[in-house]
Amino acid sequence: MSSVGLVLANLRWKPTRTVLTFLSLVIAFVLFMLLRAISTAFTGGTTVAGVQRVMLDAKYSMTDNLPIAHINAIRMMPEVAAITQMSWFGGYYQDPKNEFAKAPVDHQTFFTVFPELLVEKDVLERFAESKRAVVVETGIAQRFGWQTGDVIPIKGDIWPKQDGSWDWEFVLAGTYTVPIDSRIQPWFLLRYDYFNESVMDWVKDQVGWAVVRVVDEIDPQQLIQTIDGQFEMSSDPTKSLSEDDYARQFASQLGDMALIATMILGAVFFTILLLTANVASLSFNERIVDLAVIKTLGFGNHYVGLLVLSEAMTLCVLGALTGVAISYGLEPLLQQNLVPIVGNFQMYLWDAVLALALAVAIGVVIGVHPAAAAVYLPIVEALREGQ
Amino acid sequence: MSQLDDQVSIRDTLNLKKVLIECQNLTHTYKRGGETLTVLSDLNLTIRQGDFVALMGPSGSGKTTLLNLLGGLDRVSSGVVRIQGVALDQLSESTLADWRAQTVGFIFQFYNLLPMLSALGNVELPLLLTKLNSKERRHRAQTALTIVGLTDRTKHKPSELSGGQQQRVAIARALVADPELLVCDEPTGDLDRDTADEILALLKMLNQQYGKTIVMVTHDPKAAEYASTLLHMDKGVLLSLRT
Repeated sequence: MSSVGLVLANLRWKPTRTVLTFLSLVIAFVLFMLLRAISTAFTGGTTVAGVQRVMLDAKYSMTDNLPIAHINAIRMMPEVAAITQMSWFGGYYQDPKNEFAKAPVDHQTFFTVFPELLVEKDVLERFAESKRAVVVETGIAQRFGWQTGDVIPIKGDIWPKQDGSWDWEFVLAGTYTVPIDSRIQPWFLLRYDYFNESVMDWVKDQVGWAVVRVVDEIDPQQLIQTIDGQFEMSSDPTKSLSEDDYARQFASQLGDMALIATMILGAVFFTILLLTANVASLSFNERIVDLAVIKTLGFGNHYVGLLVLSEAMTLCVLGALTGVAISYGLEPLLQQNLVPIVGNFQMYLWDAVLALALAVAIGVVIGVHPAAAAVYLPIVEALREGQ
Repeated sequence: MSQLDDQVSIRDTLNLKKVLIECQNLTHTYKRGGETLTVLSDLNLTIRQGDFVALMGPSGSGKTTLLNLLGGLDRVSSGVVRIQGVALDQLSESTLADWRAQTVGFIFQFYNLLPMLSALGNVELPLLLTKLNSKERRHRAQTALTIVGLTDRTKHKPSELSGGQQQRVAIARALVADPELLVCDEPTGDLDRDTADEILALLKMLNQQYGKTIVMVTHDPKAAEYASTLLHMDKGVLLSLRT
């Protein structure tokens, strides 16, 4: 038995209530870590894998196409290390439910633009050998049980072929892997040259967007100005953004994510504050006689006040520690799912420290009132309540 | 007995024991609905070390109030309570708490054990205020439980004990810091006759073998028979004394 033991014994006394309060705190702090990480991803800027990239799109709408001539012109610029065009391909495999992202790309440059993607040399060789070859992210291939050399039929729904059909057939050249910390989403990559020669004439020589890998020494902003300046007066002006800004802009179509995250956090913690304050108040009222007995035994007013405050703070801090630990445990899974959407998603030590500080603050806020009541609790009147 | 209003001394003229408790012109009032009620009126009382005093009287006569004042749980409105020469009204709140921890053991009618602690934990609790280490505290708590005959129930929670066993734990808790004075507020009020007799015998043993001074409020004349001195109170004044 010690003072700490007394605090823990008090928390264990009503286990169901303590566990439920504890779990609500844990969930609140998991949400805190998650939303802080998302908020940071949206407000911060990072360069992935040490590679500088610029995303290039039609100026007025993401749904407009750009002429391939633009891509060829940009390829000539000295600031450009490599460029690949991409387009939404749409379509599905066997069943409309089997959706995954597909894009025609420049097979010669795509993996140069995205050097962090892990792909075997022989896969690239097979990709280069056949126009119908595709390279697919490992997870997609595993999902459908595809093996190298398999013929993969895709039913198109955006681009009709020259013969008017929507049936495309590709041959799997191999797979590539997306590193866990990468923001690149899993793709089914087909060759642009095959796509371009197969589609109807009105689609030919157009691309959805392009990704430029910038020469290391060059500031991407400089290239952005150069590209957009060059095509400003053309019939197809461009809008270029750094990769981070592009990802943020894409996701921000859903709304101001940082503001949404902050508002959700505010609502969650306000609710938690009310809930735990109610529990602390209930707990205090139930234990008035016990606290009076502790005082009777010779424990001072401030000791009893601290005892009550410690219980609230212990619960909050343990909830925060558990929530933070769970968040770090979920980080790899969350990265896998969120990096393609929000960019550099990760948990930050600073946020963990902030969570603990918040837990202490909540503990003080909800504990201070019952603690003060305990300090000023008159022994005789309180003991009389127990009779 | 008509001279009691002046001063009640429970000292046997041949008994030279030291004075432990001294109340002088003790008056206690409280306010209820704007009205001031007098609970104790100009009460004088002396209790010596090693006395076992039973305090009887009808409900509302001021017995429990007197007990609370002797135990340092409440402050007098006027007059003086001196225990071992210490005037309690002169002590600050924190000093009074320290004094209670060292000097008084409390035994209540409804035991007032902490439900979340085991019997051993309850008995060990007052020792958190001492400089004893964890091992010493545990040893001493076990000794106190042995004295009250509860060696085999140390790990049980109060809810797992009978009323008599809970009261024994409460007595062990009152004893464990080795206080000079035990104040008991109807310690057998919630117990059947046989269990009550066991508890009273235990208190008598603590008084006779360990020299504890006991002041016990009771409504039960049989319980009062265990005491060496009987005081009657009514309407805040002492009426009679029997030794």
